[in-house]
Amino acid sequence: MRLPQDDTFNSPDTTNLLDRGSQGVIAKPLDRPEGPLKVSGSATYSAEWKSDHCAEGVLVLASIAQGTVKTIHKDAVLSMPGVLAVLADEAMTRRSTQGTAGEAPVQGVQTVEYFAQPIALVVAENFEQARDAALTLEVEYAPSDTPVAFDPESADAEVELAPDTEPVEGGDLDQAMRDAAFAIDVEYETPGHASAAMEPHATIAQWKGDDLVLHGSYQMLSYNVKEIADCLSMAPENVRIIAPYVGGGFGSKLGITHEAVAAAIASKQLARPVRVVMTRQQVFETVMRRSETRQRIRLAADETGKLIGLGHEALVSNLPDEEFAEPVTQATEFLYSGENRLLKVDVARISRMTAGSVRAPGEAVGMQVLEAAMDELAQATGIDPVELRKHNIADKVPVEGTPYSSRMLAEALDQGAKAFGWDQRRPKPCQTREGDWWIGMGMASAARVNMLVEAEARVTLKADGTALVETDQTDIGTGSYAILGQIAGEMLGLPIDRVKVLLGDTSLPAGAGSGGSFGAISTGSAVLRACEMIREKLAKALGCTEDALELKDGLASGGGKSRAYPDLLAGKDLAETGSIKPGDTADDFSQASYGAFFAEVAVNAFTGETRVRRMTGAFGFGRVLNAKTARSQCLGGMVWGIGSALTEELAFDLRDGHLVNHDLAEYHVPVHADVPAIEVILLEERDAAASPLQAKGVGELGICGAAGSIANAVYNACGARVRSFPLTLDKIIPHLPDPFTEAG
Amino acid sequence: MKAFTLDHADSSASAITAMAAGARTIAGGTNLVDLMKLQVEVPDKLVSIRSIGLNDITQDDDGLLIGALVSNADCAADTRVRQSWPLLAKAILAGASPQLRNRATTGGNLCQRTRCGYFYDTTQACNKREPGRGCAAREGFNRIHAVLGTSEACIATYPGDMAVAMLALDAVVLVDGPGGAREIPIARFHRQPGDDPSRDNVLEDGELITAVRLPAPTGGVQVYRKVRDRASYAFALVSVAADVTMVQGRIARCALAFGSLGTVPWRDAAVEDLLVGETPSPALYTRAAEVLLKDARGFGANDFKIPLTARALAATLHEATKG
Ligand SMILES: Cc1cc2nc3c(=O)[nH]c(=O)nc-3n(C[C@H](O)[C@H](O)[C@H](O)COP(=O)(O)OP(=O)(O)OC[C@H]3O[C@@H](n4cnc5c(N)ncnc54)[C@H](O)[C@@H]3O)c2cc1C
Ligand code: SF4
Repeated sequence: MRLPQDDTFNSPDTTNLLDRGSQGVIAKPLDRPEGPLKVSGSATYSAEWKSDHCAEGVLVLASIAQGTVKTIHKDAVLSMPGVLAVLADEAMTRRSTQGTAGEAPVQGVQTVEYFAQPIALVVAENFEQARDAALTLEVEYAPSDTPVAFDPESADAEVELAPDTEPVEGGDLDQAMRDAAFAIDVEYETPGHASAAMEPHATIAQWKGDDLVLHGSYQMLSYNVKEIADCLSMAPENVRIIAPYVGGGFGSKLGITHEAVAAAIASKQLARPVRVVMTRQQVFETVMRRSETRQRIRLAADETGKLIGLGHEALVSNLPDEEFAEPVTQATEFLYSGENRLLKVDVARISRMTAGSVRAPGEAVGMQVLEAAMDELAQATGIDPVELRKHNIADKVPVEGTPYSSRMLAEALDQGAKAFGWDQRRPKPCQTREGDWWIGMGMASAARVNMLVEAEARVTLKADGTALVETDQTDIGTGSYAILGQIAGEMLGLPIDRVKVLLGDTSLPAGAGSGGSFGAISTGSAVLRACEMIREKLAKALGCTEDALELKDGLASGGGKSRAYPDLLAGKDLAETGSIKPGDTADDFSQASYGAFFAEVAVNAFTGETRVRRMTGAFGFGRVLNAKTARSQCLGGMVWGIGSALTEELAFDLRDGHLVNHDLAEYHVPVHADVPAIEVILLEERDAAASPLQAKGVGELGICGAAGSIANAVYNACGARVRSFPLTLDKIIPHLPDPFTEAG
Repeated sequence: MKAFTLDHADSSASAITAMAAGARTIAGGTNLVDLMKLQVEVPDKLVSIRSIGLNDITQDDDGLLIGALVSNADCAADTRVRQSWPLLAKAILAGASPQLRNRATTGGNLCQRTRCGYFYDTTQACNKREPGRGCAAREGFNRIHAVLGTSEACIATYPGDMAVAMLALDAVVLVDGPGGAREIPIARFHRQPGDDPSRDNVLEDGELITAVRLPAPTGGVQVYRKVRDRASYAFALVSVAADVTMVQGRIARCALAFGSLGTVPWRDAAVEDLLVGETPSPALYTRAAEVLLKDARGFGANDFKIPLTARALAATLHEATKG
């Protein structure tokens, strides 16, 4: 039995309490408790909180990329109707905050580092007045005389090894490439991506004396409080963030963004609440982007297709001195065998908005390229792509030698292939034609590292026999409300309608926040631990051992006795705060979620338009906490994969560094008509080393490789091997056979 | 968005009076309001024409008369349109989204402005928005731009779908204004940019579109092929509207219009002349494309539109002639 203070996860969990629960709510595909509020438009999102006498702020963005703001002609704008203030406070943020920073990002808006960087805030009585004034405001700049390149590929861009990383080097890759029976040496490109969350970034700031209250749209509240406090040079204890519903984040809300600090400063100055909602264009232009990448993959295989060498070198970009560099090779480190290796990420210093974590940083683009290159190896060797991958599953992490925790890659490949009907695939391209369309199938492995992070949660078993779960964990549309309730329900033997979950308020214990797919397992583990402590107390009150205790439907049984909770608690609430910290298991095992993607596409023989016709994904990520919300995460990830494969691309104008396609009309995320029937298979797995829940992260897994399966299907359909994502028709057309040729 | 006044006209006469006094017409507002939010358009007076009538579709021996305020959704759903001019219904349904089509009107759709990203961004030089400031698209990100009918001043496309179908169907735009009513064949309605890209069409100040007339159907096979980056809710990279009549294995009559290819909806009589009397074949399609595209010029990112158009034309003719 674990002691309450023993909250560091140092050894694999063998108690596996969730599997001993009697309630039967864990893993069930239950609806989200807040779902009806959301679909009826009555969940209150950040910008929707009513607050009396609230003024409206609109950010002013720079119309140059690099230089200094010399003069802001405030007066002309201050005389416009309703305008209250024009602020260009040096505490305002210049860059976006990286996830888990817990401190201020680069501040100071007099210096301009990238096009459309925020430089001021205009506040007015209403939004239209503020927006008009913001667009009318005249600003004079002094251009920088030491400009930073706009193009990561330009000779002027400084390139360095990704900060705080070392290349993974083993053996002699060059020699392995020479010795290989089959060698693939290819270069791929992926474009920059926007998170494109549905809800734009928004904050309402309000001061109560020295205390600041923010209704804001953020993913990781306990870090965000510190970031705001640091920006404003105040104590984190004086900042409270309320964010019960967040309309998507995908990384862009991990750290605070520009509107938050600006709203807080304006509210203080005007002594009234101030709301700042970014426009869609401003979100595109100023918050986190995913870096574009150029990736060289080298695969050296022996005559059986076994990898003897593996190289993955990437060039990504970010602003000067920014520490984050898209960790492109993250999953390449552990996915396949091949002791001779070189994995490395370089970063080019350029002038574009901050690059940071966008859903599945690293694997989203790294896996899509690695898996496309693996398809090239399959083609070269003539080995079936599924078999090739199974053949290359390593016994331990190459070079490092770390053992794996539970791993379901082979199972995912087999079950996915079976469900999809992979055996129907015709290995050579241009074999299947339906009318104007070439049809093809492709597949890819999925992998995403697992992370457990520090988290706390309070669970109260109330005297009336209901339970309350409280943490500042956010629900960014993912299902936190549902799964935390299910964990508590299972552990405390309560039907789900007797468990209430309160989230997204920093006056509650600090959860993990939503990021890196770690929110559910980390905050969930804290809930589990709180419940364990409650169970011990219940066992004691009942007079039995914890092992003998059985809890179901609000009834505690054990040692031959049975008592309902209200009776057992005798009028007193039982509250416990559980916590979890990552420990040795993180280093002792290579932990990751795995899966496999299968895609069928149609490529128009005339126009090169590509449409995905169906997809299957099979995933193993430890214990499934809720089969419905987990499936939704996988679905959403695969839809993201469709966008990455075919349409999504940030288009920068390399003359002045501005983003051309800064709205959802021109930045093409998949729409309904692009998304076909998608089948998701959730594999049964327990990973004792991953978390006390035996669960791993699932929120990002569905992306990691998905686009590769689609690109591989395009090749199988029509023979177009396009090494530049997205696979838009202009890139496919040059590879197409004469449209009037017959199949075969 | 600048502050503006909004009046509601109750007849086309009162709308024209308001326009003569400097008001800008607003119909569905799906394009104009977006542009006003970004201050690309800054009218200080608007006159709404949603209550002036003109929202019927009527048929007579000469063809079909579609009121300027008929919504795109209603037009595409009209049984007469669907039966006799399916090309128009297909083109409308290939555009925008159901919500937008419910709101958008026939007149407003004809007058929708380009989607050139530089036009939409007031930090950028654009001769259409600010004559004389230059054209940032020419050497910029011009993937969606025109390869025909461009000028030094502007290379933006007319982006819509509906007008492309109407062009192939020989529609006539009916307008009324201070100088009286007149009829403009749709082929002459949109303006190539020349040295004044600020004017997209030939409407004079104060002129109101009242209706669009479609002549009697030709009885040909009507195909609308829209090539785009995603399956729905994206403007055309190129589109082809075809109305083709086959007699004894030969093309007897053919009308072809192209969208997002030129600065205006594009039709080329020489292409149609070449095709008439011929037996369809891939070689014939290639010759037609050569004639169509002989003056086509790309600006870098849109170079692909030239081979793409040849392919889209081949696909469309193949479909329209295969019987
Ligand atoms: C996201 C998005 C995607 C879209 N996708 C497509 C697409 O794929 N294909 C496509 O074809 N279109 C597309 N559209 C454009 C849409 O079709 C137009 O916005 C719509 O047709 C305009 O009609 P409206 O009535 O709303 O015009 P308004 O916005 O009301 O007016 C547009 C212009 O027409 C003028 N006007 C309106 N009525 C008259 C009249 N009777 N006489 C004279 N002038 C008049 C107005 O003054 C204004 O200048 C899209 C629009 C959006 C926002
Ligand atoms: S192409 Fe035309 S609309 Fe676009 S920037 Fe140039 S002038 Fe303006």
